[in-house]
Amino acid sequence: MKDILSGRFANALTPAVGAVAFIFLWWLAAWLKVVDPVLLPSPQASAKAIWDGFVGGNLIKDLIITVRRTLLAFGIAVVICVPLGLMLGSSVRLYRSFEFVIDFFRSTPASALFPLFLVILGVGESTKVAVAAFGAGLLILFNTAYGVMNARKTRQAAARVMGASPLRVMTGVTLLESLPQTFVGMRSGVSFALVIVIVAEMFIGSTDGLGQRVINAQMIFNMPEMYATIFGAGVLGYGLNLIFILIERRFIHWGGK
Amino acid sequence: MLKRTAPDTHITIRGLTKSFAGHPLYTNFDLDIPKGQITSIFGPNGCGKSTMINMVAGLLPMDAGEALFDGKTLAQTVIGYVFQNYRDALFPWKRAIDNIKYPLRIAGKSKGECDARTEELVQSFDIRFDLNRYPYELSGGQQQLVSIMRSLAVHPEVLFLDEPFSALDYEMTLFMRDKLQDIFEATKTTMILVSHDLDEAVYLADQVLMLTRRPTRIAQVVRFDAARPRHPETLTSDAFNRAKAQCLEVFQREVRTKDIAT
Repeated sequence: MKDILSGRFANALTPAVGAVAFIFLWWLAAWLKVVDPVLLPSPQASAKAIWDGFVGGNLIKDLIITVRRTLLAFGIAVVICVPLGLMLGSSVRLYRSFEFVIDFFRSTPASALFPLFLVILGVGESTKVAVAAFGAGLLILFNTAYGVMNARKTRQAAARVMGASPLRVMTGVTLLESLPQTFVGMRSGVSFALVIVIVAEMFIGSTDGLGQRVINAQMIFNMPEMYATIFGAGVLGYGLNLIFILIERRFIHWGGK
Repeated sequence: MLKRTAPDTHITIRGLTKSFAGHPLYTNFDLDIPKGQITSIFGPNGCGKSTMINMVAGLLPMDAGEALFDGKTLAQTVIGYVFQNYRDALFPWKRAIDNIKYPLRIAGKSKGECDARTEELVQSFDIRFDLNRYPYELSGGQQQLVSIMRSLAVHPEVLFLDEPFSALDYEMTLFMRDKLQDIFEATKTTMILVSHDLDEAVYLADQVLMLTRRPTRIAQVVRFDAARPRHPETLTSDAFNRAKAQCLEVFQREVRTKDIAT
């Protein structure tokens, strides 16, 4: 018995303790009717809504739409901001010139930019994606630039002394050297893009996506549906983060070593 | 007027000038480094030993002056450089073997040539560990061996070594000194070694370049002509002790000069 508790079995179960406790408390609260049952349905009812949403309903459809918007925004941000960050980071003078602008817009809540983007791009797909890309892009930009600036100079020197051209030093050494920090930026960037896309789906004339689904469920007081959608958004956020961590571990095997 | 150049000179440094934040480190510094010999550079802290080899190797700009290799510029010369901190000098995203091939790739060698040269290095270094590992999976000594192999891959005309063994333990240091000596005997590559260990500086060198405090000049050049290969016993020989005592005397004089000056 002691072996089982302290062995591999117990180790595998440890991470589940919090989740089980959370669901138990939820069930207890619903069963004791601590909160109005309309507002807090039981875990079983929510689980059924999740199941129905994934299997028969269009929760999965909305989820895919949100994923698509998030990844599109993220992709645009990466394509534009990684090269830009490399450029800014490799010249201290250039970075100093733009530091204030980057810091300013990074500190400006991206959601405050919706009206501006609405005026420019109209009420459509592009506004949602553009604002998310903008916010994610700044995170990626300054993280990449920092990665380059704080990269240890010895490896670049080693490549130079072996006769590598500046371009080759940049692509073969500096880029890789800054990759761990760039990944930090990409990971926060993708989470941020998801936040912005969901907010956009809620409030700027959307007919699909998880954000719109949450707000619709709330308006018609379909609480199980609302919880199911929130859960879906949670799974999505967690999943994206997890995927990034896995990619990071695979490709930046040298990180922290 | 330019100083005349000694006949067996490989590297001629003329008018080297460098200052940091207004403090002159080198002013119009001239130096000849002989071909096919190991020159150790030794001097008080902050006299710019590493700065000098970094300028000659093109890693740091000179304020003025030039360094020529047999009359050629740096760009026309194949050099190798071994850094003190192997952990920061090897590419952790490449396997050890690909680190060694890197300078060959840069030089535009074919895959076959890269493989052949690497195999040759593995043979001559008698490598027993797996070069398909990543640098961070190797011990410190193995990593520095890989960096030395990388620096030699392209058959450099000059090899710069910046305190190459100072991060290794004593056993590994002794082993690596002898390895370096073997390479030197086999290739007669001109080597410039910066060391902060006087025993090592003398043990490996044909000549020890003793530097003054800044603004840096050459205090003295001490020859050490003991036959190669040298062994740990060399460290206790009379010739070694004489050369070392001479270096020490110069060194202490330089350190004292500072005390009087300040």
